[in-house]
Amino acid sequence: MSQRDATLTTARKGNPPALSVDHLSKRFGERLAFDDLSFEVGRGEVFGFLGPNGAGKTTAVRTLGTLLAPTSGTASVAGIPLSPENGVEIRRRIAIMPESPGLYLRLSVVENLECFADLYEVPNPVDRIDQALRAVNMSDRAHDPCGTLSKGLRQRVALARALLSDPEVLFLDEPTSGLDPVAARDVHELIDELRKRGVTIFLTTHRLGEAERLCDRVAILNTTLRTIGRPDELRDRLFAKTLKVLTRVPLPEPGSVFAALAGVSGWQQNGPGQDGVGSYLIAVSDPAIAAPAVTQALVAVGADVLSISESRHSLEDVYLELIDEDIEADRR
Amino acid sequence: MSLSTRRIRAIVRKELKDYRRNRTLVVTMTILPLIFLIQPTVVILLYHKESAAALAQGHALLYMLAIPALVPAAVAAAAVVGERQQSTLEPVLTTPITREEFLLGKALAALIPSVAIAYAVYAAFVILVILFAQPGVPAAILRAPDILAQVLLTPLIAAWSIWVGLAISTRSSDVRVAQQISLLGNLPLFAVSSLVAFDVIHATLGLALALAALLLVLDVVGWRIVSAMFDRERLIADTR
Repeated sequence: MSQRDATLTTARKGNPPALSVDHLSKRFGERLAFDDLSFEVGRGEVFGFLGPNGAGKTTAVRTLGTLLAPTSGTASVAGIPLSPENGVEIRRRIAIMPESPGLYLRLSVVENLECFADLYEVPNPVDRIDQALRAVNMSDRAHDPCGTLSKGLRQRVALARALLSDPEVLFLDEPTSGLDPVAARDVHELIDELRKRGVTIFLTTHRLGEAERLCDRVAILNTTLRTIGRPDELRDRLFAKTLKVLTRVPLPEPGSVFAALAGVSGWQQNGPGQDGVGSYLIAVSDPAIAAPAVTQALVAVGADVLSISESRHSLEDVYLELIDEDIEADRR
Repeated sequence: MSLSTRRIRAIVRKELKDYRRNRTLVVTMTILPLIFLIQPTVVILLYHKESAAALAQGHALLYMLAIPALVPAAVAAAAVVGERQQSTLEPVLTTPITREEFLLGKALAALIPSVAIAYAVYAAFVILVILFAQPGVPAAILRAPDILAQVLLTPLIAAWSIWVGLAISTRSSDVRVAQQISLLGNLPLFAVSSLVAFDVIHATLGLALALAALLLVLDVVGWRIVSAMFDRERLIADTR
């Protein structure tokens, strides 16, 4: 167990989950925004919420943020049951950074933050604003009117605004949307920093690499919850582990080489190899055990081995596999 | 229901800063009262002292009660739908602010400049009349009950105009449409103040006090009705 996992486990033992969602649904008239969501997010966890446009991610965030009332189901946010009566108390403990920064463009950065510090009734607002601005590297632009800032800088101000109240749960809706790679990296570092401070982060994103790098667990939503788990678990659940083998020339009888090996559950030719090389994908239960056996078998038949490597599936592969399944199901 | 004065102040301060930097809004809020100032001033300055007796029969000054009815109407009508169109409403509604606090902040922010402008225009008119009107004219039109009615009714009329504007703003999806409907919604107030000014409705101190009491009740009721109309879900998701 990693130090990170240990911290999370300890946090979960002592406290109720930061978010607990039970069969939650939201319908707008005839249109179903999301349906039957059930999951928990532990305190201090960075939880990724992925899905295509229109999957219900933003509606789910708005529902958990008490802006919209669920049609059915129950939830608790920051340990407080989600209900209209508890709206103010929940909003005191959370912060939401919407996809659109929504800044007052005629006001300066610091004036925007002063307004929100008062709305959250933040104690020592001057210090908090200063800390929030430093956290997003915007101290030098504090007195610039927000209307003069680029999209990326506005996004940073919106993030500073979300940090003002020192929230227990922070909802970030596409926080790196429109940011250049350096600015996106800064946001990632900030999320890492918040994670170390024990802030629970609910991150919706289209950037699958971002989710893979930042999130302890991810959920893939397409109106209903398609899957939930750690990124590596999802890969293992969805895709067989494979070794990719390249030989200088195609093997005359690859079936006789691979089929009989322990730990190998199947193999296939990986298309026509470039420059006449042989290329094979070997499905294995454990690459660390199977790789030496495959190497020995290849050497035994006199094959000229160019490389043997584990073929890794990304979170993007998982995502596309699930969403493609949904598209296929819709077509049928 | 407890209200947070800090949150209400936050909205008021933000709005007033925003007004100051919005040149179009400042011009709009200033031009209309100036038009209302010029016309009666010119008319009254041209009166001879022999006509003063006729002036005493009317209540020309109460014509200016239309200013607090008209000046805040456009601002209030843009208050909610404008934020919605600029995507600034959602971040505010994600804070602990209640709809009552939000609306009270918006109303006060519209009320303060409107009342200040109405009083300033009225004061300018009174000063011009005292300084430049023919002898006898100031005494004929500057009567204590009229002045009291003006002072008392100005904020109450402005507040009513603001609640009408906010009610329309919470239900509109376009700023310009909201502003036009809001002006129409304030026509009854404008009509009543004009009828008083032209002595169709005979103004007395008693009538002014009764109107003030009625407006006070309507303003409080207006706040509660607009609060009930303020539907976060509709404003955020625009689906109802």
